[in-house]
Amino acid sequence: MRLLLKSHLACKNFPLRVQERIIEGLLWLSAVITILITAAIIWVLLSESVSFFSEVSIIDFLTDKEWTPLFAQKHFGILPLVAGTLLTTAIAIAVALPIGLTIAVYLNEYAPGRFKQTVKPLLEILATIPTVVYGFFALTVVTPFLQKIIPTLAGFNALSAGIVMGIMIIPMISSLSEDAISAVPRSLREAAYGMGSTRLQTAFGVMVPAASSGIVVSVILAISRAVGETMIVAIAAGQQPRLTLDPTVPIETITTYIVQVSLGDVPHGSLEYRTIFAAGITLFIFTFALNNLSFWIKKKYQEKYD
Amino acid sequence: MTNSDKNRLKDKAFQVFGIFCTFIGLVVLAIFLIDILIEGISRIDWDFITSLPSRRASRAGILTAWAGTLWILGLTSVIAFPLGIAAGVYLEEYSKKTKLANFLEINIANLAGVPSIIYGLLGMEIFGRILGLGGSLLSGALTLSLLILPIIIVTTREAIKAVPRSIRDASYALGASKWQTTWNQVLPASFGGILTGIILSLSRAVGEAAPLIVIGALAYVPFVPTSPTDEFTVLPIQIFNWTSRPQADFLVNAAAAIIILLLITFILNGIAVYLRSKWQNKVKW
Repeated sequence: MRLLLKSHLACKNFPLRVQERIIEGLLWLSAVITILITAAIIWVLLSESVSFFSEVSIIDFLTDKEWTPLFAQKHFGILPLVAGTLLTTAIAIAVALPIGLTIAVYLNEYAPGRFKQTVKPLLEILATIPTVVYGFFALTVVTPFLQKIIPTLAGFNALSAGIVMGIMIIPMISSLSEDAISAVPRSLREAAYGMGSTRLQTAFGVMVPAASSGIVVSVILAISRAVGETMIVAIAAGQQPRLTLDPTVPIETITTYIVQVSLGDVPHGSLEYRTIFAAGITLFIFTFALNNLSFWIKKKYQEKYD
Repeated sequence: MTNSDKNRLKDKAFQVFGIFCTFIGLVVLAIFLIDILIEGISRIDWDFITSLPSRRASRAGILTAWAGTLWILGLTSVIAFPLGIAAGVYLEEYSKKTKLANFLEINIANLAGVPSIIYGLLGMEIFGRILGLGGSLLSGALTLSLLILPIIIVTTREAIKAVPRSIRDASYALGASKWQTTWNQVLPASFGGILTGIILSLSRAVGEAAPLIVIGALAYVPFVPTSPTDEFTVLPIQIFNWTSRPQADFLVNAAAAIIILLLITFILNGIAVYLRSKWQNKVKW
């Protein structure tokens, strides 16, 4: 009788077990697809870039000071695009870091709990607005406003694109830094108060240093975001690759160049077409390095309090 | 003035500065929204929403743009949700602490940080050229699916992680298999969190223009797409196109289209926030 029952159970269980294995296999496949995506990104960028670099020397690419692949007189120096990208990124961080960090400290050390709970989601609205909308603001509101202060400011410029991009990434820095600061144990704060520190001294003498790895991570992620940002700069910063640190003139970023070529009629397989992959792989290396730096810092320097 | 007075003064000064910084973002946001409303609201009427694009600003409408946006949203949902949720379930419920699991985790975090325009390059080569889909809706939806996949996976994992161990144990004790437990207990219990993540990922997809421009979505599409292989445009691309034109009339059109786009984004985010708070209040373990 027991044997019978056992075999009956086994019989009933057999299809179930197979079913379980099939489902697990499908779930595994879905997870592994993410590796395929990364592989595909690297393959696409590399394969087109390799044919690009068989025609253009990599030394020219890295040292030539002009980028004019779409003109008759062709130059393939990525430096002007990199300079444009770094310039807008630097302006964005210069706006977002002081404001974002101040907000994080203020919400944690000064603001009453209810205020914090209302303000945080409101600030996060800034991060949900589509970037094309920010581009519109930069071009039609911020640039005309800045032109009243700086009359020589060009209609397209790195300054207003950078400032607006900075406003967009404020919530990124403020949220992540705020999480880092609030993860610092209460005892540290109370020890500082016990020594007679003011809130400001506690914040910048104890809390911010204790949360520094988390804050650095938030800034690195914000830089990575700003480097890859496309629509704001494509709309408001211009399309003139130029090796300059002057924020008042039109420039071009790596991302804008890719958009510019995509909008035009560049035949597939031509050298001009391949330039966007060479530009793309440069961008990818930048963001990949920044992202992994942030993971590494998070892992290595994360303070553990018990 | 003693030292402690000075310090107290600095403390107060920083408090004022803190309030200033907190509100500057919100004030700028308010200025932007009001500016857009003033500029665009009068342009929105039934004709604007139901007209095809036109070279004349006063006749141009956003019918093809919002139809394209809806198509893209629908197709992206169908492709990305099952894939993302399945991957999230695998990583949280099935995978063991192996090297592969660790690598998957780093890889997904990395994918989340890849700029959207790079996804555009990927989509153009793989879907557009190798699969021969060109600048079609399907090609665009596949590209955006890859883009939002990391968001869905991460939020699914967080939602599943919040389901307490005891629910699974109870299910196993009743003789349920792993998948039965996952399907009948874990997924329903984490449904609210997963749904929130899904909606947030959609609101991200709605606003994307760059990857779709790269795969070859056009600014001027004179017809409403009727099948996934049709060419298309979306609201953000239409806005970009109008913003790039020198005539002021097109800027008014852009502002009006932005109002519609923001409306869609805010509604999606509003639903997500509502669901999150509802689920947080309802489920107490």
